[in-house]
Amino acid sequence: MMLFAGLLGKLSWSAFPTDAVTRGGALTVVFAAVGTLVLITYLRRWKWLWREWLTTLDPKRIGVMYILVALLMLVRGGVDALMLRAQQAISVGNNHGFLSSNHFQQIFSAHGTIMIFFVGMGLMFGLINLVLPLQIGARDVAFPFLNSLAFWLFVAGMLLVNLSLVVGSFSAAGWLAYPPLSELQYSPGVGVDYWIWALQIAGIGSLLSGINFVTTIVKLRAPGMSLMKMPLFVWSVLCTMSLVIFAFPILTVTLALLFLDRSVGTHFFTSGGGSNVMMYVNLIWAWGHPEVYILVLPAFGVYSEIVATFARKKLFGYTSMVWALWAIVLLSFTVWLHHFFTMGAGADVNAFFGIMTAVIAIPTGVKIFNWLATMYRGRILFASPMYWFMGFVVTFTIGGVAGVLMSVPAIDYQVHNSLFLVAHFHMMIVGGVVFGYFAGITYWFPKIFGFRLNERLGKYAFWCWFLGFLLAFIPLYILGLMGATRRLDHYSASLGWQPLFIVAGVGVAVIAAGVGFQVLQFIVSIVQRKDNLDTTGDPWNGRTLEWSTTSPAPFYNFAVIPDISERDAFWAMKHSKAAKPQKVEYADIYVPKNSPMGLIIASFAFLFGFALIWHIGWLAVVGLLGIIVSVIVRTSDEDSEYKLTAAKLEKIEAEAAARREKYA
Amino acid sequence: MSETAVASQRLDRTIAHAEADSKNIFGFWVYIMTDCVLFAGLFATYAVLHNNTFGGPPGSQLFSLPNVLAETLALLTSSFTCGLAILSAHRKHKNKVLFWFAVTFVLGLVFLGLELTEFRHLDQTGNSWRRSGFLSSFFTLVGTHGLHITVGLSWMAIMMLRVWRAGLTRANVRKLTMLSLFWHFLDIIWIFIFTIVYLLGAIGI
Repeated sequence: MMLFAGLLGKLSWSAFPTDAVTRGGALTVVFAAVGTLVLITYLRRWKWLWREWLTTLDPKRIGVMYILVALLMLVRGGVDALMLRAQQAISVGNNHGFLSSNHFQQIFSAHGTIMIFFVGMGLMFGLINLVLPLQIGARDVAFPFLNSLAFWLFVAGMLLVNLSLVVGSFSAAGWLAYPPLSELQYSPGVGVDYWIWALQIAGIGSLLSGINFVTTIVKLRAPGMSLMKMPLFVWSVLCTMSLVIFAFPILTVTLALLFLDRSVGTHFFTSGGGSNVMMYVNLIWAWGHPEVYILVLPAFGVYSEIVATFARKKLFGYTSMVWALWAIVLLSFTVWLHHFFTMGAGADVNAFFGIMTAVIAIPTGVKIFNWLATMYRGRILFASPMYWFMGFVVTFTIGGVAGVLMSVPAIDYQVHNSLFLVAHFHMMIVGGVVFGYFAGITYWFPKIFGFRLNERLGKYAFWCWFLGFLLAFIPLYILGLMGATRRLDHYSASLGWQPLFIVAGVGVAVIAAGVGFQVLQFIVSIVQRKDNLDTTGDPWNGRTLEWSTTSPAPFYNFAVIPDISERDAFWAMKHSKAAKPQKVEYADIYVPKNSPMGLIIASFAFLFGFALIWHIGWLAVVGLLGIIVSVIVRTSDEDSEYKLTAAKLEKIEAEAAARREKYA
Repeated sequence: MSETAVASQRLDRTIAHAEADSKNIFGFWVYIMTDCVLFAGLFATYAVLHNNTFGGPPGSQLFSLPNVLAETLALLTSSFTCGLAILSAHRKHKNKVLFWFAVTFVLGLVFLGLELTEFRHLDQTGNSWRRSGFLSSFFTLVGTHGLHITVGLSWMAIMMLRVWRAGLTRANVRKLTMLSLFWHFLDIIWIFIFTIVYLLGAIGI
């Protein structure tokens, strides 16, 4: 086939960056990668890394790795944001800034892609892995190996996005790569292919996780934990994962069709040959709108846990919270067209989608009011997770009201593709999703590591994030109403937009200071961990099962699976009048063995993706065969668990108890 | 260890196995649902593009219904024999399981052969996926189903090898159950393809 001709396909020396800015980016990535490898070798940590982390099937460790990758990508996406705003602050009139148009386009495409797929999704799956099995009183997820595979596919996708900085270029077609711009005719480079395969591989990982967590929640709850006794975070995960299993296959299809257009000459969205470009826009948003709820629902779950804990009251309106979640799940599939009212589908269609969009504000409002009602007359402990929650209420409400405003098609026509929209969705995703996951990380950190994060630096970080965030995005509402469209790399001085753009740029810098405080917070907390040890396993006076184990939680989570009789199971246990059993009866348990196959399969997937991006035929065959053979090898391994005997279990538990007493 | 303790541990293991079975099969059902949504996306694309022939021939001039009928009969029969294989698996008749899966495999190959013949014929008469939006969506929808059949056949071959060597172990029966779910699922998808693509296409809707 001509398509896959040559040993290296389309790859040649010209694929490496030539201009100063891109070369700087490439060198940063290369130095970071090489530096990490050298450091690990220097510290002689390879064996440890391999045994304890790279091959682990423990969801808590996988969760930690997800969060690490996501925080790293937050910095990468944040640097992108800084460059975008710096360009917009200075590129006025005769000054054309420091970025070329094409480079600017690549940066905003990468910023959106990274922030949604590798920061938002990464933090979400990370927290779910950390907490979900503990909260339902399970020792593990339903399919531990699938979990590891999903994580490594996520990493493979992340690596492809970042590799595009060094080899070739990234997509310049926006984070959703609308055709016909993203078609071969208008984007002949490899950028869009990088985008397609990074998302395809990471997306399949998300889909596998969706199957895994739905099965985990349905099948692995501790005895007595009926659905309506589940913690609200578990409900939010069940809802989110239901959305994943219904929405992500649509993304898989859409990306595949776009790739077929670009590689074998089909006519789905080419704008010629009887294609239909708007079909792409419909398909991608049929996935894309549920996707934003996929990101935010677990954050709602986190807030529900945090507010109840820190207000020291049971959550107000539990049942209505559950139904509000399901209402959001259903409605999220009925609103996708509001992303393109301007398609011209006609007044009736637009009215339907406009009304459905406005209706979503009702269940969301129910949740906000329930949280506030939970706080009402509570004895609130204002720890830093609570700060993030309060910040969220403010930003999410402002952003949400702007969203309801835009659900009116006539108004949407005015602000479509303007910075008003950009301000709105950042308010939802940063103020809703990111704040929630930061709160969750602070809240559950001691459960995983055994010590608390530094509170003072956490609060500094919050104030920088919160104020910087308002500085960065409130001006965008105003600019949007003044007519500034999104994705501008240059504008005329006479428009008078520059002061507001400068304020927005300062805001981003303040957020960057917040990220700096967070890094400092991690470092200081680790150095001073002896002062913040959590010896009780229950540092916040928690309500749910995860706090009933030791901190850090043992790899098997629970030596004895608890029996559940009430909502807020741990709270009930703590306050139960019944005498506690004196002697615990241990039994043998079965724990999954470590496996490198997830990492291996994902490496082949990475090669496969890279080969298809660069049209290297033989490498694609190697990648595909590698995946198939690895899957066969893994599935024929019947001996994937080992026995942890009751005696051994008792010994580990006794050691943990002794350690606890020593520090307490 | 006392006899009752051993017996109780054995019972625990049996329960653990039963739980593993139900967990795996439930998970597989969820996977099938995601695959269903994937096909829904492709059907939707076909529905939108099926009249966009771009000056080329519509389905009514391209489809050979006798050929499609033969494909359909082969696949439906294979679903039946797959069912017989699973019944034998539950009765622990190893040879019957191998026999019925072999029949299923051959019928699947026949189906795939007929489909590829059709694809080749279309390509040779200048009606490839490059011709029009209609043909792009036709090849992608039907081809994705064919790809699933190929995966199913490969899986079947591996499972036959495993059953032949290790017998009807608990894990193998569980995997055979999932394989048969997959195979019946592909049958159902084919019914939709048969109706929506070929039958409606032949009468020009």
